[in-house]
Amino acid sequence: MTGTYGQRAWQLASFVLFFGLWELAGRWPVSAAFPPFSRTAVALWQMIADGSLLKAYLITLQPLALGIALCAVAGIGFGIGMGLSRSVEWLSLPIFIILQAAPMAAIIPLITYIYGIGLTSKVLAVIMLAAPVIVMNSYKGIRNTHPSLLQMCRSFQGTRRQEIVKIVLPHAAGLIFTGLRLGLAMGFIGIVIAELLITPTGIGDLITYNSSIADYPKMFAAIASIVALAAISLHLLERLERRWFP
Amino acid sequence: MRLLLSLAVWFVLWEIVGQAKLSSIVPPFSAVIEAAIEIAPSEKFGKAAVISLRSFGLGMALALAVGIPLGVIMARVKGVGRILGMWVNIFVSAPISALVPILMVLIGIGEATVVVTVFLFAVFVITLDTQVGVTHADRSLVEMARSFGASPAQLYTKILFLSALPEILAGVRLGAIRGVKGVVIGQLLVAIIGVGELFEVYSNNFLMEEFWALVVMVFLFAFAVSEAIAALERRVEYYAASR
Amino acid sequence: MIVEVKNVAKTYENGVEALRDVNLAFPQGQLSTLLGPSGCGKTTLLKIIAGLIPRNAGEVLVKGKPVDGPGPERAFVFQDFALLPWASVLRNVAFGLELRGMEREKREEVARRYIAEVGLKGFEHRHPSQLSGGMRQRVGLARALTVDADIILMDEPFSSVDEQTRRKFQEDLLDLLRHHRKTVIFVTHSIEEAAYLSDQIVLLSPRPGTVSRVVNPNVDRNKTPDEIRRDRAYLDTVDEIWGILRQYV
Repeated sequence: MTGTYGQRAWQLASFVLFFGLWELAGRWPVSAAFPPFSRTAVALWQMIADGSLLKAYLITLQPLALGIALCAVAGIGFGIGMGLSRSVEWLSLPIFIILQAAPMAAIIPLITYIYGIGLTSKVLAVIMLAAPVIVMNSYKGIRNTHPSLLQMCRSFQGTRRQEIVKIVLPHAAGLIFTGLRLGLAMGFIGIVIAELLITPTGIGDLITYNSSIADYPKMFAAIASIVALAAISLHLLERLERRWFP
Repeated sequence: MRLLLSLAVWFVLWEIVGQAKLSSIVPPFSAVIEAAIEIAPSEKFGKAAVISLRSFGLGMALALAVGIPLGVIMARVKGVGRILGMWVNIFVSAPISALVPILMVLIGIGEATVVVTVFLFAVFVITLDTQVGVTHADRSLVEMARSFGASPAQLYTKILFLSALPEILAGVRLGAIRGVKGVVIGQLLVAIIGVGELFEVYSNNFLMEEFWALVVMVFLFAFAVSEAIAALERRVEYYAASR
Repeated sequence: MIVEVKNVAKTYENGVEALRDVNLAFPQGQLSTLLGPSGCGKTTLLKIIAGLIPRNAGEVLVKGKPVDGPGPERAFVFQDFALLPWASVLRNVAFGLELRGMEREKREEVARRYIAEVGLKGFEHRHPSQLSGGMRQRVGLARALTVDADIILMDEPFSSVDEQTRRKFQEDLLDLLRHHRKTVIFVTHSIEEAAYLSDQIVLLSPRPGTVSRVVNPNVDRNKTPDEIRRDRAYLDTVDEIWGILRQYV
């Protein structure tokens, strides 16, 4: 079954199966703390209706947006710099390779210590997790320019500046966008960790508060909402990416 | 090797910044090394390391045991692939740490939660990459094997697995890196065991040398695991390109 | 002699000696081919003439003056087309002029002319991904023609297209060159192609690349393409060349 209708049918089946299993698992008397899908959905609706979900997201999304925006500007710029300059590359590459593999979350307690529990720490948490992947992708986009295209530009006596502006940068645009998408994914991870580790505000607050008062449907609903938000926004970006950079 | 030289430059810079006391949170690199040498053989660190390594190992083993077969099934049985595919894709880039509070409620505050965290962090990327690897296994190789009368078992072991191995190893490497992050994040959230606890203790008591020493050691561990798998990847590289 | 190659040598960084002691002269207005098996350095030599690769010894003279890099009198056609994948056919063909700073209207006008000449009229706004291999190569050729260079250097331009397209392309190329008095230096590994197209064939032998022989086929170009392929002189040339080259394979 190919084609969009076939795909949609499979997706629907997938959703039904997942939520159906969730419902069954919730009704199984294994743990009182695991609410079935139906009750979680109701709780989600309650939180939307009374505005608490929206309020929470307005708080949570601030450091995320700020962090990603800063990362985008600085990270892409730096990645391009690394790609164009051998000396910058030499100095920065090992650092970013390490940063990509490293569990940056370990440094978050330290950040909290210095910058307190406010917006700054959370923005920094987002930046620390998102920057490496944005920088590395921009860098790779620049470095992987097809040598044939560069030679072609030279054969028509293009200057280095023309080479960069007309060939290298457009060619790198695709990977830069991928980097931004992956950076956003890391940003979501960063903000969730920040909210759970630093101080619960926004979504983190909804999760921990409801956990402490044992309102598990609401707690699950809050968690599901942020997972869903991340999934939807990343999916949209992926579709954009496929349309702009085939 | 040029990269190592570059790192050396950074360590020297670190030393200078530390000695100049430019920031209260940056001790000299030499002091950090000293602290590392001090705490490594200590009992406290030993216990934390054992717990962490145990959680990491168990979680990764589970992730491999579930992820690789699942990826293979998803690739070979179209229905399974289509149903589960969407979820694997969602969870591969999702903020899984959001699920840890649920785990703490359901499983409790302890090592088991961390093991499940590691498992969840690693399993999705392993499944996805395995699925991709097996799906893209060279069709003509499969046809060739069938034409010589290969049984399904032989197909899987002699053709599909080796053909998909580069992607599987790539997925395992990414999974291992995520697994290390899972241990750290899991333990930070659970906050009473392992290196996560040590991180909190050191930073709360402003023991900066010890803190950075631990950071360096954990980062080195993540790097070492990643490089070990990358070495395996390099050994299959020779045929990866010509498939 | 519009292009002269004197004592050119090239050794790569890994120690491989690609070319040794190459001495050649290319008459103006003629199509010369560099022919030989893989590893004989023909593409290396072409790129040295184009100024895209530096040489280790000797000199290259274009119109009597030594050259060290690319120049406006030479245009290159690439084996893998080297088209900007994100740009339309029109922009790709006009790219050489764009790099020279010609304003958009003027250069698009020039580009359209050559797009029509290579037979791609109507495809101005397509993208390379929507074109076949043969069509992409025509774009590359049109681009090389727009800059009005005296010398066109072609690096195995037809090796990435199928046989039928290739034949048509060869015929069209000869047609095109009859209208524009260009000097063409062409790299190929196909003996038939060399014999069909060339006024002068330079045979290169491999490891290290040196000039083995220069052959001037006496093919009567006033015949139709199919007649030429059955012409005695053409067939004899092919045999002669194969006789020389077979020892290097």
